[in-house]
Amino acid sequence: MPDMTTPETVATSVAAWGLLPAVALVVAVALALGLVFAALDRVVVAGGDANAMAGPSRTVVRWLVKQRRTTLAPDRLLWRVATGAVPVLAVLSMAVVPIAGRTLWSTSADLVWFNAMEALLWAAVWLVGWGPNAVHALVGGYRFLAQGLAYELPLMFALITAGLAAGSLRTTDVVAAQADLWFVVTMPVAFVVFLASAAAFAFWGPFAAPAGADIAGGVVSELSGVERLLVEAGRAIFLGASAAMGATLFLGGGSGPWLPDALWHLLKTVLLMGLMVVAGRRVPVLRPDRYVEAAWVVLVPVTLLQALVVAVLVLSGMYA
Amino acid sequence: MAGDIAVVTLGMLAVAAGIAVFVVDSMARATFALLASFLAVAGILLALDLVYLAVVTALMMTMEMAVMAIFMIMFMMNPAGLMPMTMVHNARGSAVAGASVFTVLTVGIWTIDWPARQGTQPDDATRQLGESIMGGHMLVMLVIGIGLFATIIAGTVLATQRGRYDRFGPELDARRPHDPVAGGLPR
Repeated sequence: MPDMTTPETVATSVAAWGLLPAVALVVAVALALGLVFAALDRVVVAGGDANAMAGPSRTVVRWLVKQRRTTLAPDRLLWRVATGAVPVLAVLSMAVVPIAGRTLWSTSADLVWFNAMEALLWAAVWLVGWGPNAVHALVGGYRFLAQGLAYELPLMFALITAGLAAGSLRTTDVVAAQADLWFVVTMPVAFVVFLASAAAFAFWGPFAAPAGADIAGGVVSELSGVERLLVEAGRAIFLGASAAMGATLFLGGGSGPWLPDALWHLLKTVLLMGLMVVAGRRVPVLRPDRYVEAAWVVLVPVTLLQALVVAVLVLSGMYA
Repeated sequence: MAGDIAVVTLGMLAVAAGIAVFVVDSMARATFALLASFLAVAGILLALDLVYLAVVTALMMTMEMAVMAIFMIMFMMNPAGLMPMTMVHNARGSAVAGASVFTVLTVGIWTIDWPARQGTQPDDATRQLGESIMGGHMLVMLVIGIGLFATIIAGTVLATQRGRYDRFGPELDARRPHDPVAGGLPR
């Protein structure tokens, strides 16, 4: 059995740097990661030059100044709350991702916190679809929930597998447990499923059906101006945060020779983002009804098997 | 002190959101008012340093409410649930029942002679709580869990309108099942 006690107590960034600087740093890193992801995405889709890299920044400015339109008899309260919640949840999920080796707050349930922020996104995205009182947006919201039910269990099993090997749900413990061997070596399935689920809960790439062109943009179809910016920023930040979390859980976080930890973590994060964008943009959008069956019949057993393999390895002292 | 204020504030928020469930006139608002109430309870657990229970409460309740919203709206009398509705039926009876249960619980909580803490606060209160609830009853819990799961599957099998004869023909010899939604696997 792995040692259940904390190997070394890593102070949170709040304890190390104070509340305001720590929060400001997390927000700044979250926004930067989202912008980098959007820029990489744009380069891969539209061909790469400096002009394409600046595309997302120009879009941000355009959405900031664009006049908002609305629909007939929307549920304004729920709609506003939901569009605001998407980026807030994305930034909150960054609270348990180590930045320079420290998380904003460190608890015995960091991985569950990350998962809970993504679960709250279910409510937010469905409400973004419900709010405008428009059919395409509502269809998109329902598509998201159907997809959500399908990716949720594989995602949970992938997260639990990393926690199982580390003997802790604390992200800094998971990083410490990878001192000898990165988890991606013994849990490649969990790694791939985690990244795919990240694309699914940001309804991006192959999982973009909730915002698909066949339903005129789906959940985002009635959003305009600042509200469109909030939701799209939330999606990009979730993708960037997931890449940072993926590097933390499966690629050893900040471990690496010569360079400082923070730089290694950043390099791995950007590498993962590149991997997600290049792979994700090569796959066509999956129809939810097809993906749902594949997820339940294939992904759930496969991730369970992965957890079983890791559990046996834990018992054999592989990660001790 | 800050913890006490948080618990009291979140407690009042939970009750207020719970009342809102029966005041609002749309199923979506009722559902998400209930979710707000649950999230306030999760916040109370967080203030009590039970982090795992708090985030699990938030996680489970959010998914539950999202799925519930679908079914509640699907089964409503007016299609899509876009017409005004109310969650209240038998208003007087339910008000009396709700108020009396609330009174009994509140009086009970405030008048019970709770034991004082012995020893110091553990590092991980969640682990201690789990061990004291589950410790000697793990086998029972596992059996109950499997029993519940079997019940859910049996209930679904009994409720589903289409069986294997509808899918694979009277002789069960069709190579591909005849399903209204094709699904994603080549079978």
